[in-house]
Amino acid sequence: MSTELTFSQVDPYAGLKAAAGIGRADILATMKTANIRGRGGAGFPVSVKWNLAAAAVGPEKFIVCNADEGEPGTFKDRLVLSEHADLVFDGMTIAAIAAGAQKGILYLRGEYVYMLNDLETVLARRREDGMLGQNSAGRIGFDFDVEIRLGSGAYVCGEETALIESLEGHRGEPRNRPPFPVDTGYLGRPTVVNNVETLAWAACILARGAEWFNRIGTEQSAGPKLLSISGDCENPGVYEFPLGVSITEVLKVVGAEDAKAVQIGGASGQCVPAGNFERKIAFEDVATGGSIIVFGPGRDMLDVARNFMEFFVDESCGQCTPCREGNEKLLEGIEMLAAGTCSMKYLRELCSLGKTMQVASKCGLGQSSPNAFLSIVEHFPDEILGRAEGTVA
Amino acid sequence: MLVSNRNRLDRELDVLIDKCGRQRTALMPILQAVQRKYGFIRNFAMQKIADALSIHPVEVHGVVTFYSFLSEKPRGRFIIRLCRTISCEMAGKDRVAAQLETELGIKFGETTVDKRFTLEWANCMGLCDQGPAMLVNDTHYTRVTPQRVLEILEECRSRLSPHAMQGAEEEHLV
Ligand SMILES: Cc1cc2nc3c(=O)[nH]c(=O)nc-3n(C[C@H](O)[C@H](O)[C@H](O)COP(=O)(O)O)c2cc1C
Ligand code: SF4
Ligand code: FES
Repeated sequence: MSTELTFSQVDPYAGLKAAAGIGRADILATMKTANIRGRGGAGFPVSVKWNLAAAAVGPEKFIVCNADEGEPGTFKDRLVLSEHADLVFDGMTIAAIAAGAQKGILYLRGEYVYMLNDLETVLARRREDGMLGQNSAGRIGFDFDVEIRLGSGAYVCGEETALIESLEGHRGEPRNRPPFPVDTGYLGRPTVVNNVETLAWAACILARGAEWFNRIGTEQSAGPKLLSISGDCENPGVYEFPLGVSITEVLKVVGAEDAKAVQIGGASGQCVPAGNFERKIAFEDVATGGSIIVFGPGRDMLDVARNFMEFFVDESCGQCTPCREGNEKLLEGIEMLAAGTCSMKYLRELCSLGKTMQVASKCGLGQSSPNAFLSIVEHFPDEILGRAEGTVA
Repeated sequence: MLVSNRNRLDRELDVLIDKCGRQRTALMPILQAVQRKYGFIRNFAMQKIADALSIHPVEVHGVVTFYSFLSEKPRGRFIIRLCRTISCEMAGKDRVAAQLETELGIKFGETTVDKRFTLEWANCMGLCDQGPAMLVNDTHYTRVTPQRVLEILEECRSRLSPHAMQGAEEEHLV
């Protein structure tokens, strides 16, 4: 079940036409007033990123739409791409006007290849309608087009520098940052990488005005946000909420008031126990790229931790030691907890290993992979300790 | 590989490379197309692609082994990928997995002797609100139950009717 989304109420092309009419400086000013932050997880201010790319010097620039959507529990970008693809392409084209880019690339995860034909059809129509190609959206001398490239089943390729490596034909191994893609991105050129949802909101902001967007949400977390909600609830699906909404309110809407805990932000996010459900979903409180997974009263939190750790062991690119070895160690620790052979002392060592990984890993994957483990240890110690082999809590 | 098959593959790769281009950025699209068409990327193809792009074959091999959807070993005509991540786990993926193994007589990570089916685990595929989720090649299945497993397999087999089978299987084993 999905609630009515703003995206259903904004006409395709509307935001782009408005943007084409006002030009680069006013687009950047509008994004600044809207105060929108990236919807892919990290929450970087969009106007800052676009400004940096606009100021960067290069013979060509690129706009990359990140449609790798691999964070466990996230599926809102799938919905946006299948039902509101025009808004995403509007957003890419608006970003191109703002940054002065000539080419766009949509990096679609391999698992979503079933959407490819429909997306190509939308692009073809946009070319016919003059929204892409020579003098796009009626702007003389603005020749922008979008190409779709596929991923091949690697979660780490959602990280923006790994994504760029993959586009360039390499293993998806994250680069050191800085330099950032806005000055040294695809083929060494200035590149804006934005999430699918971010770009669709950009189109809505240009269509409806920055004030409309900014009035929704909190001071530090402006605007509405799509949440992908799954797990133990009556009505899983994609929902739109204003940022700053409390976990309690969200759970009420999806029919999960008896939840024991929720995982916010996917495998790399944190586990919030029922006692803390008054906390708010916002960049300044519990941040999320959109994944919310609900755990009902009967769930074994150690199983949850194990599932997440297996995910990271599988998806680590193996480039740096803290992440490659650390995730293995944490998974081993979880097996020991399950077997009842993990001492409190060793558990403390594992937690300190997790904290080291958060600071010593090269990219966001290793920096956030211990989060779920650490928050489950913190909130459910009595559930995970003292097990006899083969028993569950 | 039969010499005639090898020549055919050689010609087909030429066409593909001409279409995608010879710059490094064409590597993923080329590999993805080879994977799709032949079910895996054999040494001969990696060598040939490396030559065309003027890079070392080790580079191509490094890329093929990095991505879970690219394979250097033959896989089945139908690659079944069942999501093992948390929401699908809570929705009952273990029982779907058990039924798949029973119906096909293989374990996850294996391919049936007739080379028709490969069973693989996948991580979250963005269908968490409709789990257990599963991909069969490019097609997605949602809310899969143990009971539906046979029906889905039969659907695959029916697409390999004796007639369809010939062309497809032959192409796949080149
Ligand atoms: C391991 C990892 C995976 C990521 N996966 C995605 C993803 O699938 N989609 C996405 O938009 N951002 C993902 N990101 C964040 C991107 O690196 C980047 O911050 C984002 O695409 C920027 O877009 P935004 O500012 O519009 O959010 C990931 C980051 C990390 C560290
Ligand atoms: S933190 Fe993990 S995924 Fe990131 S670069 Fe290091 S090994 Fe690779
Ligand atoms: S958890 Fe299975 S599709 Fe997301």
